[in-house]
Amino acid sequence: MTPAIRAMGLGKRYELGRTLRRDRTLRESVVESVGELMRTIRRGGAQTDDRELWALRDASFEIAEGEAVGLIGANGAGKSTLLKLLSRVTTPTTGRAEIHGRVGSLLEVGTGFHPDLTGRENVFLNGAILGMRGWEIERKFDEIVAFAEVERFLDTPVKRYSSGMYLRLAFAVAAHLEPEVLLVDEVLAVGDAAFQRKCLGKMGDVAASGRTVVFVSHNMDAVMRLCTRALLLEDGRVAESGPSAVVVAGYLARGGTGAPPAQWIELADAPRRGSGEARFARVRYEIPDEPGRVPRPGGPVRFDIDIESPVAQTVASVAVVLRSQTGVMLLVADIIERGVPMTLAPGRNAIRFDIGALNLTSGTYGVTLWMSHAIGKPIDEVTAFDVEVLDDASRGLGASAGSMVHCPFTVSFPSGSDRAL
Amino acid sequence: MSDTPARWTIIEPPSRWPKFALGELWAQRELVYFLTWRDVKVRYKQTLLGVAWAIIQPLATMLVFSLFFGRLAKVPSQGVPYPLFALAALVPWTFFANGLTQSASSVVLSQNLVTKVYFPRLAIPLATVLAGALDFVLAFLLLLVFLIAYRVAPTASWIGIVPFFVLAFAATLGVGLWLAALNVLYRDVRYAVPFLAQLWLFATPIAYPSTLLGEPWRTIYALNPMVAVVDGFRWALLGTPVPSSASVVASCVVAVVLLVSGSLFFRRTEQSFADIV
Repeated sequence: MTPAIRAMGLGKRYELGRTLRRDRTLRESVVESVGELMRTIRRGGAQTDDRELWALRDASFEIAEGEAVGLIGANGAGKSTLLKLLSRVTTPTTGRAEIHGRVGSLLEVGTGFHPDLTGRENVFLNGAILGMRGWEIERKFDEIVAFAEVERFLDTPVKRYSSGMYLRLAFAVAAHLEPEVLLVDEVLAVGDAAFQRKCLGKMGDVAASGRTVVFVSHNMDAVMRLCTRALLLEDGRVAESGPSAVVVAGYLARGGTGAPPAQWIELADAPRRGSGEARFARVRYEIPDEPGRVPRPGGPVRFDIDIESPVAQTVASVAVVLRSQTGVMLLVADIIERGVPMTLAPGRNAIRFDIGALNLTSGTYGVTLWMSHAIGKPIDEVTAFDVEVLDDASRGLGASAGSMVHCPFTVSFPSGSDRAL
Repeated sequence: MSDTPARWTIIEPPSRWPKFALGELWAQRELVYFLTWRDVKVRYKQTLLGVAWAIIQPLATMLVFSLFFGRLAKVPSQGVPYPLFALAALVPWTFFANGLTQSASSVVLSQNLVTKVYFPRLAIPLATVLAGALDFVLAFLLLLVFLIAYRVAPTASWIGIVPFFVLAFAATLGVGLWLAALNVLYRDVRYAVPFLAQLWLFATPIAYPSTLLGEPWRTIYALNPMVAVVDGFRWALLGTPVPSSASVVASCVVAVVLLVSGSLFFRRTEQSFADIV
């Protein structure tokens, strides 16, 4: 089978402080050049290296036609740069890539939408910008409008739209682009839960219809659901490539979007507040018997915590708190609930929390550690790390987008029973 | 799409000497159309007077020039009523000056597009100048009203404004491309452009006839392509003496050089637009 995308040694170098700067004026540029020249002379003509950044280095890979590939990696690993190169927004410094077929790129929802133009006008403008032909837009116009559910507001300027309507319309145009190769960057991070599901569904359709999809995301759950294969980028290099379940699991085991499991996380520099009578020193989380895996929805998780105390004392409350990305407190495991105060000896003290069922859906959650007396201000409260919860056996599209509480259930269709319809 | 044959897109480091890529631009002509249409629509929607601005600008300038240069300074106007003399020049001039100013900021203002989606970047300044062409048509209607009011009979030579408009278009786009690309690299351009337009106005025979200059200065003066444009418009519409072929050739050559060099410079810089803008 012919590859849809073939990249050979793709690299992109940014010159820090120079081209990356916005709003450069001629005067600054002259001053900089002179400064650079002086430095070069002083150093005896040596080439500067510290002012360069390789956002992507020597990336070689092939993506077969009809494959859905997820690009994963930490922030700054080069995912977006790679996508920008493939979509030709920017040019590579080295290497070469070939793409077979019509390319549609979606680096942002609503690119080129103009607030003063009406919904109808923006559909045409945005369609043209994304590379659709006029007749194509006309043919799909009704479908786009129906998908976006904005029929009544077609002749209203989009600046009067709610942000939800705006996003729906923007995604609807992009979703009807029908390219042979679709490049998507994290557009699902926006919009309400219902909309995200709609987007995921549409992307699933695109992938299922035999088109090639390259999908950059921090949402491991979405990558697992949508993509057959994943490329892991690290420091601008392709670190791993393979079936998405394997690559995602490997990535998460090394930290991924959160902190790595089964490894001590030092808390000396973590953001904290409190009286400091005692301090959390380090923390580790893991699935008992399965170190190296991240917790699953409804599965067990263990937290091991070391507390540093200068004197012997007793604290009434020590807790592990899990919060959503927006800061909503979701779970609290607190010893005060059990009525067992913790006696601290001078030096290090260990405490272990075993949570039997972590009833959270797939996603990233913030872990906070809390310690206090029965009443009064906290002794120590640390924003410790992020943990990724992932259902590695997920099938179907899942209801997880937006929901956070894991709900185990079974479903059956009892035959012969008097189901009221 | 089944009816568009699958093709290979090659992604490579930018070459030092870029191609014009006119084929690509042609393939994307619909995008140019939509961008032009957006510029026009947005301008007419956002402004209170909308379409009227295309007319107010040359009209007001003509009135001021007629009063100060025509009445008070008694600047000669080649035997033509001064208001007509000034307006015949101001209509193409306004197209040039606005096109130059607007295309200079066009790419910077489109940074949300440039950093998010690929298309031939030339479409941006091109659409800007094309949108200006609509204003030109409206301003030209104003000029027609004045021609009728001054009882100037239409002649076959009126058609002569077409090649001169093409010349004005080439010059506008040429300068616009240079400024648009330079503006991405150096934001000084934003401050320099109004100043440049002002100086250029005085270096163009708008308030005065080019006949004030003797040879060889007149031909050198015609290195400003707007000289031939203005002289050409006056000749075609008002029957003033035909501009010398030397000055027309000089203006055309400069316009072509500006357009070609502007396109090349733009093409060469556009590779890094997304990284800089």
